[in-house]
Amino acid sequence: MRMSGADIVLECLKRLGVDTVFGYPGGVVLPLYDRWPSHPEVRHILVRHEQGGGHAAEGYAKASGKLGVALATSGPGATNLVTAIQDAMMDSVPTLFITGNVARNLLGKDGFQEADITGITMPAVKHNYLVMRAEDLAYTFAEAGHIATTGRPGPVHIDIPKDVFLEEADFQWPERVSIRGYRPATTGHPGQIKRAAEIIDRAERPVVIGGHGVILANAAEEFRAFVEKAGLPVLNTLLGLGGIPRDHALSYGMLGMHGSFEANLAASNADVIIGIGMRMDDRALGRFQDFNPTASIIHMDVDPAEHNKNIQATIPIVADVKLALPQLTEAVQQRSHVEWIRWIDETRAEHAHSMAVPSGPELSVQHIVTRISEMSPDATIVTGVGQHQMWAAQHMKFSRPHQLITSGGLGTMGFETPAALGAQVARPGETVWTICGDGGFQMTLQELATLVDARAPVKLAIMNNGYLGMVRQWQELFYQDNYVSVAMAQPDFLKLADAYGIHALRVTAKEQVDDAIREAEAHPGPVIIDFQVEAEGNVWPMVPAGAALSETIGPPARPAEVTR
Amino acid sequence: MKHTVVALVEDRPGVLNRVASLFRRRGFNIDSLAVGTTEEQGISRMTIVVDGADGIVEQVEKQLYKLIDVVKVSDLTKEEAVLRELALIKVRCNTERRRDVLDIVEMFRAQVVDVSPTSLIVQVVAAEDRVNALIENLKPFGIRELTRTGRVAMARGSATTTVHERESAEVQRFHSESGRLPEGDLPYVSK
Repeated sequence: MRMSGADIVLECLKRLGVDTVFGYPGGVVLPLYDRWPSHPEVRHILVRHEQGGGHAAEGYAKASGKLGVALATSGPGATNLVTAIQDAMMDSVPTLFITGNVARNLLGKDGFQEADITGITMPAVKHNYLVMRAEDLAYTFAEAGHIATTGRPGPVHIDIPKDVFLEEADFQWPERVSIRGYRPATTGHPGQIKRAAEIIDRAERPVVIGGHGVILANAAEEFRAFVEKAGLPVLNTLLGLGGIPRDHALSYGMLGMHGSFEANLAASNADVIIGIGMRMDDRALGRFQDFNPTASIIHMDVDPAEHNKNIQATIPIVADVKLALPQLTEAVQQRSHVEWIRWIDETRAEHAHSMAVPSGPELSVQHIVTRISEMSPDATIVTGVGQHQMWAAQHMKFSRPHQLITSGGLGTMGFETPAALGAQVARPGETVWTICGDGGFQMTLQELATLVDARAPVKLAIMNNGYLGMVRQWQELFYQDNYVSVAMAQPDFLKLADAYGIHALRVTAKEQVDDAIREAEAHPGPVIIDFQVEAEGNVWPMVPAGAALSETIGPPARPAEVTR
Repeated sequence: MKHTVVALVEDRPGVLNRVASLFRRRGFNIDSLAVGTTEEQGISRMTIVVDGADGIVEQVEKQLYKLIDVVKVSDLTKEEAVLRELALIKVRCNTERRRDVLDIVEMFRAQVVDVSPTSLIVQVVAAEDRVNALIENLKPFGIRELTRTGRVAMARGSATTTVHERESAEVQRFHSESGRLPEGDLPYVSK
């Protein structure tokens, strides 16, 4: 069927199962917007900044497991997407970024609003395309959707010159795509599975580290079956949280820079470490050369390049964890490591104070996130980046995949509000809480207007301590209290909310927390809560930058901390 | 150690940029890079000489494989292979000294491809150490200009490095065990 490039793009989105696009119009994409009313199956949500559109697409993808799509015009519109593209790359988020560009005869001529955006995004994407003919659009979109969502997922970017939207071509959706340079791994190699099982069967002190891959591969059930059969204590990376319910008997929460003592010491003292769907990141493992050098390491990940990149694995298994975990479960013996688990439990008890929610009268972030988690256990939780993010990861009891949506690899402040928009659109009718820092919130607060516009009743909890908290913590601990450019005079968030027509309340005392959470959830629209929290709380435990996990430190004597 | 890595890539705009960008971003050093067409239409062959430890080169190969436009990567370093490069050398040389230069050219089985009263262009096709040796021997005459193509390589015997050829049994085992490639024939066809 003959149609314009613009119609082909929208038809392709429908064929890819896309129901929502987060976009921002501009000169060169006008031909596409002009045709949008004829394609009502694809909802367009008008964001207020392209970066917000990109993070919203990520939030949508992270909340649903489906392809998230963002659209921008050429030049500044396209460059504004770059932060979100790199964020999606680092966190393996299945996303499609579409940009317009100047007409073909103007490419390379530095015309108005031209940017070499495929050149700019090249190192930040799984793959990208500049489509020079309308007849190439259908195949390109089919390939792009396939690449973004299979193997190790990631962002794919398609750049389309203005006149390609206007050019007519036959539309034919390809039934299959065949890419000779792209062969995602499937099952695990039987020999490797066998060798891994032998090591696991002989283990005295094994741990599993469950990463984002467990969630991305939709393999939480397979993961649980595996750890239950082999009796393995489970640690999670930040993005792996929710891969196993936090109240599961074998779940020991997050390891890493702000992981618990029991998690970090279990990893440091294990004789066998099984990494599943994770990329051996420095924030999770600490100093690589001292990350438990004596343990046997079994590393299962779909991306071959992650094997032996940071950590030399004893047994690498390149595989889709959804397919390879059942193979491994089948191969291992039923075990329960009673003594080892008792040791971990004792370690937890011994260091319980290091991660305890402050019991004093102060309004702490730890208390707030704990109460949100307890009062709204099924809510999707979106966080920004910094102290509040770590406290949320430590104290909230994530019980299902896709429940925690956070920027892990890139650590993008300002991710939270637009990502929450995307998450709420993906999960209409469900509760979405956003844990914001007062710093990061102001980086993307323009999307408050989008929340109102799109009727997305996100609950925003701003942890307002007047500081860039994590930076302040580092300046306190590692730069001798030399506070430089971390204190922030904040606007009145209630008045700000009022300007957007958003219901808002302020909480200054611990006793008000529960009522505020209840009120926010009862309100049908978006709500902002300005939690005026203690100014100088620190996240503990902590592995100082460049230290090993075994060098985890706890808080100094409590009275000193309280009186600061 | 220097490795000769051959990458078969889709002949598309930007593919050289992708490969070069990858090397820059990951901090891999390229000693030389030669690109050209192959027996297969639509496939270009890049011969990349990488200086680095085996572990680094393993990462180079895996990262190259992640590029969608890269179809196949082979390390010819440990295989018996013909390694060649071409150099053009413009040597300062008047008629009196021409005989001396020609003696050296003959010794290296190189050729003279251009002559003028004051200079001549020597063309040599050889392994790099021979090219280096020739250059050293021509230096006393004065080298006015020098250009080299960088290494190209091909496995000896009946083994080939093409998109159709399956990897050798040893390479296949390495791929499936240490896990560089899933099993299955090219091309991968999605469900």
